[in-house]
Amino acid sequence: MGDKADVWQGTLALMVLKTLETLGPLHGYGIARRIEQTSGDLLSLNYGTLYPALLKLEQEGAIASDWGVSENNRKAKFYRLTRAGRKQLDKAAMNWEQTTAILARFLAPSEDPV
Amino acid sequence: MKLRAWILRLAGMLPGSRRARERELAAEIDSHLQMHIDDNLRAGMTPAQARREAILQLGGVEAAKEAYRDRSTIPFLEHLLQDVRFAIRQLRKNPGFTCTAVLVLALGMCASVAIFAFVDAALIKPLPYRDPSRLVGVFERVAMFPQSSLSYLDYLDWKKLNRAFRSLDAYQHTGFVLSTPAGGQPVRGTLVSDGFFRTLGVAPVLGRDFYAGEDLPSAPRTALLSYAAWQQRYGGKPDVLGRTATLDGDPAVIVGVLPRDFHFAPAEPAEFWTALHPSNGCFLSRGCHSLDGVARLKDGVSVQAALADVTSIARELEKQYPDSNRGQSAALLPLTEVIVGDIRPILLLLLCGAGLLLLIAAVNVAALLLVRSESRKREMAVRTALGASSGRLIGQFVTEALVLVAGGCVLGLVSGRWTMQLLLSLISEEMLARTPFLQGLGLNVRVVAFAGAVSLLAAALFSLAPCLRIRRSQTREGLAEGSRGSAGIVWRRLGSRLVVLELATAMVLLVGAGLLVKSLYHLMHVSIGLQAEHLVTMDVMAPKSSYGTDAQAIALGRQIVNRIGNLPGVRSVGFTTNGGPLDGNGNTTWIRVLGRPWHGEHNEMPERDVSAGYFATLGAKLLRGRYFSDAEDKSKPHVAIVNQAFANHYFPGEDALGRQLSYLTTPPVPIEIVGIVEDIREGPLDAAIPPVLYFPFNQSTDTYLGLVVRTSQDERSLLPALAATIRQIDPGIVPISAAPMTDKISDSPSAAVRRFSALLVGGFAVLALLLGVVGLYGVVAYSVSQRTREIGVRIALGAQRRSVYRLILQEAGWLAAIGIALGIACSVAAAALIRGLLFGVRPWDIPTLAAVAVVLGIAALGASFIPARRAASVDPVEALRAE
Repeated sequence: MGDKADVWQGTLALMVLKTLETLGPLHGYGIARRIEQTSGDLLSLNYGTLYPALLKLEQEGAIASDWGVSENNRKAKFYRLTRAGRKQLDKAAMNWEQTTAILARFLAPSEDPV
Repeated sequence: MKLRAWILRLAGMLPGSRRARERELAAEIDSHLQMHIDDNLRAGMTPAQARREAILQLGGVEAAKEAYRDRSTIPFLEHLLQDVRFAIRQLRKNPGFTCTAVLVLALGMCASVAIFAFVDAALIKPLPYRDPSRLVGVFERVAMFPQSSLSYLDYLDWKKLNRAFRSLDAYQHTGFVLSTPAGGQPVRGTLVSDGFFRTLGVAPVLGRDFYAGEDLPSAPRTALLSYAAWQQRYGGKPDVLGRTATLDGDPAVIVGVLPRDFHFAPAEPAEFWTALHPSNGCFLSRGCHSLDGVARLKDGVSVQAALADVTSIARELEKQYPDSNRGQSAALLPLTEVIVGDIRPILLLLLCGAGLLLLIAAVNVAALLLVRSESRKREMAVRTALGASSGRLIGQFVTEALVLVAGGCVLGLVSGRWTMQLLLSLISEEMLARTPFLQGLGLNVRVVAFAGAVSLLAAALFSLAPCLRIRRSQTREGLAEGSRGSAGIVWRRLGSRLVVLELATAMVLLVGAGLLVKSLYHLMHVSIGLQAEHLVTMDVMAPKSSYGTDAQAIALGRQIVNRIGNLPGVRSVGFTTNGGPLDGNGNTTWIRVLGRPWHGEHNEMPERDVSAGYFATLGAKLLRGRYFSDAEDKSKPHVAIVNQAFANHYFPGEDALGRQLSYLTTPPVPIEIVGIVEDIREGPLDAAIPPVLYFPFNQSTDTYLGLVVRTSQDERSLLPALAATIRQIDPGIVPISAAPMTDKISDSPSAAVRRFSALLVGGFAVLALLLGVVGLYGVVAYSVSQRTREIGVRIALGAQRRSVYRLILQEAGWLAAIGIALGIACSVAAAALIRGLLFGVRPWDIPTLAAVAVVLGIAALGASFIPARRAASVDPVEALRAE
């Protein structure tokens, strides 16, 4: 696992957690669609990579899963946010906001003349 | 959260959970696809398009599954498990190879683990005292003994005047008669000064230590029990405190029990540790040396500095008390030296022997593995071609080596534990009692760690060789049919080197064993100045209260000689007082030769007080003069018999007979030399015999007698009758130890130690010879099997069977010759290291070297004859058709 994969994995996990917080319990396909839609066409998600990420989150206890029935009467595995997952989401979101804020300041055109 | 994830992943490796997970993932992906296809259909795609689009969006299903799998277990462990399973399957498929390799390894492991356990118990395990490295043994030093005992008064002065010790204490190993309802019983004990246990930093597990001042004559007598004595004599009950044990007729109150793991070898075996009561004659005389010292150095004081300190004190005392202290210097030794100094070289020798055996075993197994890797060349090539990385292939070899070594290690540990017990049972009880530190022997953490370290080394060696081969061999070459040429030669070269190493090592062990056996033989045939067959010895202790006067002791002596002399089969009886033959120092005395200038020097030598019949009973040889007569008591002129060493040392070129000696008294009391006997071994078998003085018992009585009885029957059958007769004379007299003289000789430390090491090294050597020869057989047999075609061609072209024999035997002969030559060089070097254990034989003993070389040569020839015969009987047609 290189550094890039880790960053991506972390970001994907954050998106998954946020999706589950917004929409409530949802199956893998729904999560994938939601992430795609939210990002517009900017992010092209290979749906297959979602499942190892979901497994990792579940192993860490951030999400839990149950089999249920989808809106179209298909059997599907539904994921939901746990309490630990909610905490993880808050923390990760805050970190992310901080990072982007710092980066934004760096990247903004300099305002004060030296 | 991380931990939870790891545990789940570990649990994910269970076979059941794996199947369930695969099914679930398949179902989930299936449902994902279904939902996606539904959506696509609703968006107006054709069914085929909808399906295609959904699968494309999902990406590679197998890749996703793979990532999912890696995520749900721990891939590294998963691979390892697979390798182990595969290795075990491979090894099971080849039980002959596996059994041989594991057994050979276990053999080497067993020997080295067992010996290491001894080394650990004696040399590695710290002594059971607080900060043992700061403890020293304290002795006086005289010309005759590099470490001699302290006199009580010297001890008190050293204790008072020294500036180097935080504390100095003294001990004296002794024997007591313990009064029991069944009569007097001999027990062993130690007298110690009050601070002895505090100096060692040992606290009783029960009761209290001695108070300061409890070792003064005015204090009531008290004793501490050894843990074993508490368990065996008092049932391990706590109410033992306050009870009284009557030792030598004096009641002593038991005030404490020592810890179970406490031992102090220089004063053991000891059941009762009593405080000194310096009331009898010896303690009052500065010239009577009976105590050994132990001291704790002050912080920052080195042994050398402390020695300088006590030496200067000794010099002062020498000036102050020239009569008693002339020539008395000081000696200090780290306490570890005092305790294990003697046993260290033997243990290291045995460890080296076991190590060499282990080396041969490991080399043997490495050779086996090489042969195996050779025959698996194709398998490896196929696996490489199918995409196995070289890392994965090496991993496979490492795993196989680890599995083999683990098997050998476990088997070796189990059998090693059993071997330790076997070895312990070879050591006489008396010897064990004197080496109490061996009682902690067993499979402890250090021994297991040692086995683990050795195993890792072996595994590294075993995996290294095949790995080297992998790098070298090319896949294509391995896959190519009939590629038998170069690789075989490479292996043969490496294999031959290993065999030369094995043979040389076996040679070293064989020579070592040969030299030790020869030393033992010389030792057992050293002249001892007496006839040991049909001779029985028995020590008895008579109570001082009934036999303390000269008249009482003389009467007792006569009665014993009379009564025992009348037993059936007994031919003669005699006794000595200060220890019999082989007993070591005993007491020494100072004398001067009358009629020669004397300036106060101390001529020190062992003194023995013997009965009239003593020499005749021993079968000693009288060179000149006469033996003592029973009538020679203090009313008659003082007389002495000297040994030949005495006559040679003090009267070189003169006649010693009729000359007069005297103790260092003023005025001198003349003692006439009336006889000269051939030297009798009064000390260890391997030490030079010092001048010895014998006085008539009737002129110098004692209550501790060492009987010698010559019998015409079997010695052992006489022992019970002897003890019974002594008890009949007076139940208060305690028989202490009885043994045939031949046993005493062969059990004496110098002989026992050599027998033990000769036996072990001999055992190692035989096993090494076996392994070395098997190794040679393996190499030659392999070489023959590789060359079957070549030999077939030779025969087909008209080579004689004889020349085929010569071809093979020459190859083996060269290997053996190089191995033996290398072995001779190494063994001479190795033998020089064990010079201290050799007796009467030089390290470069030609007959031993020659005999071993011949034995090894014949064994090697025998081992190569079998494959040579197979080579010579090759059928050329078969050989050429075989491939």
